[in-house]
This record gives sequence, C-alpha cells and structure tokens, in this order.
Amino acid sequence: MPRTEVKIGGFGGQGVILSGYILGKAASIYDSKHATMIQSFGPEARGSACSAQLIISNEPISYPYIVSPNVMILMSQEAYSKFSPELASGGTLLTEEDLVVTRNLRKDVLHYSIPATRFAEELGKRLVLNIVMLGFTAAITNIVAADAARNAVKVSVPKGTEELNLAAFNKGFEYGLQLLKKEPVAAA
Amino acid sequence: MAEELYDIEVAVPENPIESFLRMDRMPHIWCPGCGIGTTVNCFARALETSGLDLDKVAIVSGIGCTGRVAGYVRLDSFHTTHGRAIPFASGLKLANPSLKVVVYSGDGDLTAIGGNHFIHAARRNLDMTVILINNFIYGMTGGQVAPTTPIGASASTAPHGSFEEAFNLPFLAESCGAVYVARWTAYHVRHLTKAIKEALLKKGFSFVEILAPCPTLYSRRNKLGDGLDQMVYYKNSSEIKNGAETKSVALDLQGKIIVGKFVDKERPTYIDAMNEHFRKRLGDRYIPSDENKEPNPCLERKSRSAASAGRASF
Amino acid sequence: MHADPTGVLAGAHFMDGDHACSEGAMAAGCRFVAGYPITPSTEVVERIAERFPYIGGIFIQMEDEIASSIAIQGAAWGGIKAMTVTSGPGFSLMMEHIGLAAITETPCVFVDVQRAGPSTGLPTMPAQGDMMQARWGSHGDYEIIALSPNSPQECFDLTIQAFNLSEKYRVPVLFMMDECVGHMIERVVIPPAEEIEIVERRMYGGPKEGYQPFEAGRDLVPLMVKAGDGYRIHVTGLTHDERGYPNMSVGAQAKLVQRLVDKIRLHADEIVQFQEHDVDDADVVVVTYGITSRTAIPAIEQARAKGMKVGHLRLVVVWPFPEKRIRALADRVKAFVVPEINLGQMVYEVERCAAGKSKVILVPHGGGTVHQPKDIYTAIEKSLRGK
Repeated sequence: MPRTEVKIGGFGGQGVILSGYILGKAASIYDSKHATMIQSFGPEARGSACSAQLIISNEPISYPYIVSPNVMILMSQEAYSKFSPELASGGTLLTEEDLVVTRNLRKDVLHYSIPATRFAEELGKRLVLNIVMLGFTAAITNIVAADAARNAVKVSVPKGTEELNLAAFNKGFEYGLQLLKKEPVAAA
Repeated sequence: MAEELYDIEVAVPENPIESFLRMDRMPHIWCPGCGIGTTVNCFARALETSGLDLDKVAIVSGIGCTGRVAGYVRLDSFHTTHGRAIPFASGLKLANPSLKVVVYSGDGDLTAIGGNHFIHAARRNLDMTVILINNFIYGMTGGQVAPTTPIGASASTAPHGSFEEAFNLPFLAESCGAVYVARWTAYHVRHLTKAIKEALLKKGFSFVEILAPCPTLYSRRNKLGDGLDQMVYYKNSSEIKNGAETKSVALDLQGKIIVGKFVDKERPTYIDAMNEHFRKRLGDRYIPSDENKEPNPCLERKSRSAASAGRASF
Repeated sequence: MHADPTGVLAGAHFMDGDHACSEGAMAAGCRFVAGYPITPSTEVVERIAERFPYIGGIFIQMEDEIASSIAIQGAAWGGIKAMTVTSGPGFSLMMEHIGLAAITETPCVFVDVQRAGPSTGLPTMPAQGDMMQARWGSHGDYEIIALSPNSPQECFDLTIQAFNLSEKYRVPVLFMMDECVGHMIERVVIPPAEEIEIVERRMYGGPKEGYQPFEAGRDLVPLMVKAGDGYRIHVTGLTHDERGYPNMSVGAQAKLVQRLVDKIRLHADEIVQFQEHDVDDADVVVVTYGITSRTAIPAIEQARAKGMKVGHLRLVVVWPFPEKRIRALADRVKAFVVPEINLGQMVYEVERCAAGKSKVILVPHGGGTVHQPKDIYTAIEKSLRGK
C-alpha cells in the first residue's frame, strides 16, 4: 500500500484520538505496515473540534504530517465544514450519517455514511460510535485488515468493554460490506 | 625573644573535634569573630554524641560563608549551587534513604534564592536536618541586604538602611510543616549542641536557626561592635522560651531574641507517606526502591527515642 | 551488562516519543526522575510517575526546574541513575545545573523536548532552537554529549544510549527531542532485557586511605563512589583538585577544565554517531538531525530522481559534532544544505568545518511546524547552481 493519509475529525469526547490510535496500532502492530500518528494539540476540550492525523504505508514514513488526506472519517458538522475541503481528489469520505449533513458535497470524492451513533445506542452505549466508524472504515477502505483492527480494538479499549467494542466494530464492518454491494453513493 | 618562644615545644593535645574536620583544609576562610566556626564545633559535638554512623551522614551546603562548612567537615559532603542545597539533599535522601542528610547553609542561600525549596521540603517533610546560620547579611559577597536583615540595619545594597520586613524563620518553617524547629545563637553553645543533636535524630524536616555574628560586614557597619560585642548582645538579650509560639519570635535590630525549641511534633515523612500510600493503593505490586526496602535500624531506633525525649522536655 | 528486566516493557507498542523516552530511561536502569510539568515534555514524567512504583523507582515532581535539575544530581551521588525532563523555558532554568553536573562529573540525563521560543513561544509546537543552548548554555568551559532522535523508536533506543554515555564519561547527557517527535505515535519495539546493553557506573572499591575521588586514569574519567560508602568525599562546584578540595589557583583551573573538555574531545571518535546515505558520489550533502532528518528525505529523493547527486548525513549524536567527517566531505562536495527548525544554529558548525571549501546553505524555519520538503528541495537545487 502506498502512503495513505487519514484524517479523523469530530468533537472532543467522541473518541477521535482513540480511533486514530487504534487504526495506527492495527496497521503497525498487527498488519506489518508502518503508521505515524500526529495528535493535534491545542486548548481542546469536550465538545470542541478535534482531529487526529494518521499516515499508513508499506514503506517507512519520512515526512510525518499529512499533506493531502486520502481518507477522511468525520463525525461532526464542524469537522465536515472545516476538513472536507482538504480531502484529496478521488479520496474517500466517511461520515456519521446523523451528525453530518453533507452540504455542497464534493463531486470528486467517494462518499459513504453510516448511522454510527444509532448503532452504538442500539448496542447499549453511545460512546462506542467511534468503534462503529472504525469497523465501517475497515470495510470500505483497504487501509487496515479487519482482523488487525479487531486485535487493536481489543487491546486498546478499557478492560471489560472488549465484547461491546468488538460488537460495535462488527456492526460497522457488516454495514460497510452491505453498502459496498450497492452502488457507491457519490463518485461522479 | 619572640623566636625563642616559638622554639618551645609544647605538647598540644588534639582537639577532640579534629577527627570531624578535614584538618588538611585548615585554616578556614572565616573572619576573626565570625560565628560559623563556633556552630561547626557544636555540630561536631552533636554528631559525636548522636550515635550516628558518620559514614552514613552526608552534609550538603549551598553558596556563601556558611556554604563552606561542607568542605571542612570530614563527612560525605556536597558543596552545591547557590540556594539549591535542599533540592540536592532531597535527591540524595530519596535515592539513598539510609543516609542522614544535613543541609548546612546561610540565611540568604536558604531563604532568598533557595526559599522556594525550603518551603517545599518542609511541606513534604523530607527527612533532613536544615541548619541555617543567620548573620543577617550576605557575607561572602560583601554585606548585601538579606531577607533576614532587620529593618533599620544598613547593608551595602541598603546603604540608607533596610525598610523591608524580615523573615521570622521559625514561623516560616513551622507554617510550612517542619516537625522540629529551634533557634539558638552562637553564644548558646550547650543548648545549641543539644538542639542540633535532637534535630539530627528527629525523623522528618528538622530546622535549627542559629544567630551568628558577622563582625566584618554586619556589626561593624552597623556600629554594633565586633564579634565579641555581638556575643554580649546575644547573652544579654536572649530569652529562652521553649515551646514559644513561633509567630511571636520575630527579630528586630538589636532587640530581644527569643530562643529555644519551638516545635517538636510527629508527621509522616515523605518517604514513609509514599511507601504507605503506594502499599495501600498498589498492594504487593508496589516495589519500593532498593535502598528503600529496609529502613536503617540505627536511625529508626535513634529517632524514636529522640522523639519521645523531645515531647517529654516540653 | 544487560538491562534489569523489571524496567523493560518488552514487546511491540504503538507509542509516542515522550512515552518511548520514559521506557528507554526505565530500560536503561533509571530509577530516579525529578521533573516539573511543561508542555510538550509532560507525558514523559506522567508515564514515569505511573510506572515507577511498580519497578522500584522514585519520581518526585519538584517545585521548579531548577530543583529538578539538581535533585537528580543528589540522586546520582546517592548511587542511582537519574534523569530530568523539560522543555524550552524549563531548559533555560536548568542551565546552571548542567554546569554543576559537568564540573562535579555527575552522570545524569537531561531531556529537552524542544518547542518554539524564545520565552513561552509556542508551547505545543516543534522547533530545534535549543541546539546551541545545549552546547553552550551553562557558563564556563565544559563539554557535554547531546543526542537527537527522529522517531519514537529512537526515543527509546537513544535514551538508553544517553544513559550509557553519561555513565561511561561521567557527563550530563542532553537528549534533544522536539515536540513533533515527542508527540508522534509510531511502532516502538522494545527488545527483551537480555538484548539491551547497559553501561553501569564504574565504582571505586579500593582503600580509603589516600583515595582521590577526582583523580582520573588514562581515559580521563575518574571512578565514582557514592555517599554512604565510607570514603567521606567532598564534591564541589568550585574549581577543585584531585582530592575534590577547592583550589583557587590558575593551575588547578587549567588542569581541571582541560580534563573535563578532553575527556569528551579526545573520545569524540567513539562518541560521534551519524548516518549517511548516498554521500559517496554526492555533489551536495544535506546535513540534518532530529525530525528534520525525516522531512529532508522526500526532498532528497525528488532531487535524486531528477539526476542531482545528493547525499544525506544525519547527526544522531549532535554534540560532539562530527568535525572530521564534515571536513573530509568538504574537500570534495560542492555544497552542504542544512535544514533546521531555527534560524541557524548547527549550520555554523557545518560552516566552521567546511572552512570555505564548500558552500553552506541554511534552510531556516522559525518553528511551529516542520519544513515542507519542497523548501529543502529548492535549497538543494540552488546549491548546485553557479560554480
């Protein structure tokens, strides 16, 4: 896999940073790829905009910052308006269906959305929406193998919540696979 | 005539404290009439009677006239940077809790540039003895004003007299959490020796303030005579008041000096609190540092007996 | 000597550079850390504070950086390996105690996670502006060793080296990270303890009579004792003789300072460490360190692809500087290109060694982020123009 840049955006408290961490861990520890994650530091608190940047590649990663993201996972309206213009042409945009209204959706990107919050609530815990998004990402993109991601989820979430989180991952993953069987939504 | 006198061979008995001193470093740098040497004598006698294993006593000084003490006593000794004897001593003690760590330094060093470290070490109750020589002035650098200079006293950087409120050091030490606080003067050698010994055997942050003359730069400048005149002042104006409220023992220019043991209480030391806390929180998973596993039985025993003696004396 | 397994968290981790530095310190045998919170270095001490109670270490958050930087020296004389960690303003506060460690020959490690300055500057953004401060920050003449990692893996590996060098030469070793490397998360592989080489302090165990704690043998590094061993040593920040006694003479000063400097300078060949890539046929060599060694790679690759003969020399040990190597290269390359996240620091060292024989081009950056590879590419292109 060539250098692939991923940006995850949402608001504080959604587990944005953890999502990036799990993706990176899946790629670099369980999928023998290279991964570099940069945390965006700032006076960010619960509820404010927040993002994680991740680069995944089969080759060692030299330049550590993302330049032109190929994959974007966006979980808030603010993140959508702020970050989606940066997405590389031909890139993949993954959004949380109920939290992001894709106004002025770009025609040069592939767009997929998932009601991750609703799924998370059905599983009993709204907090796992980020893991639903990860499962969804694993199904739609090739940035990380599903099993590698499951392993990373297992070791990265709080003890005692592994089953719930794996269920969340699988929910997102299944939904993604089904969606792929249909026609991609966007892509001009 | 004079030469003949020099020829007379007299058997000079060895001064009993010589074994505590690095005699190969004598003569020392202190001026005639300076009180620091007297306090070192008391310190040596206190050590001698303390029963402490002198191989396990380390002394740490900062910079200044008193800062030179570390260099003259035959102990593991560390002459550090200005104001930083206490944090050095903190690291030394934490790394090697079987040591008895003594900080010996001046008023400017410990309470001006080093004031922040002083208050935090007292707050943490780090197990160390701090001996502070208060000569009301910066001696080594030439008589500048200090946080201890009494209002009205003249100093080279307060040539028209100091107008700043001076620290009441026993009050400061107690407020910050010191478990043993005493003040004596260079005149009170017996009391002082006993106080230093008590402080050495006290577990926790113990503090002894010693007023000592600086004839060269303080008393002469302020027309208070020489070292001897200062000793006379200490003798005539001191009042022993063990257990006095520390807030009542502030000093003023040539005023009354309240001396005595003001505080002697028990409080867990930093290391004890740390060990107890981690054992409670982490159980068997807590691994104390190597040096930290076995408390030194000698120090343990000594400090307990001293503590009970201290309480009885009130 | 191998690492004590107690401190070694063997395995593959996805970890940031700050945490990797903590793990490196623990693997190296560090059991005393004093620090004061300051972004972007705080994660180092946070992890230490979390892990130390399980491995027999003592962490104390001191009242300031001044206290931290001398508490570690007390701990070193108490007999254990010690480190402090800071950034920008805190590093400035520690300068006096780098000098104390140098003159008292106290092994200890100072970690500086560089952020943009001067003063409070940009607390959460990278820079490489402390490189000359690391070298010259304390007053007087002395030598130190400084290393500069470019990844979390190196934050682990080179922290161990920092401790090893510190023990071997009895010098303060400065670990010059930056915010980017400190906060970047990557795979960090921690080998099992038996694969980690550790240098233990060389202790004196001979007779007490006539022992001179600052008398050095041929390697110019005196053996050490610790407080409580019964040697009744004197250690002072004043100029001192072999006995450790203050000596205010011109001769004593000359002798002591010369040895402090020589014990590093005369061992420079052993200490210096750099990595080279494609320098053999190079017309221009890009000299980098820290994170800049990674941002330069795409620029070098691009230039190579266009037929420019570009090599890369990356400093791993920054101080002492690889003078010999740069001098040798200066005899045959047309130019050096030196990207730094500052407005010119190590470039002066390159210039000094190039001695006018080859061009030296700085690619400056005021800090806050890292270079764009295109800036470095442009400088490479420019360096090959003209004569």
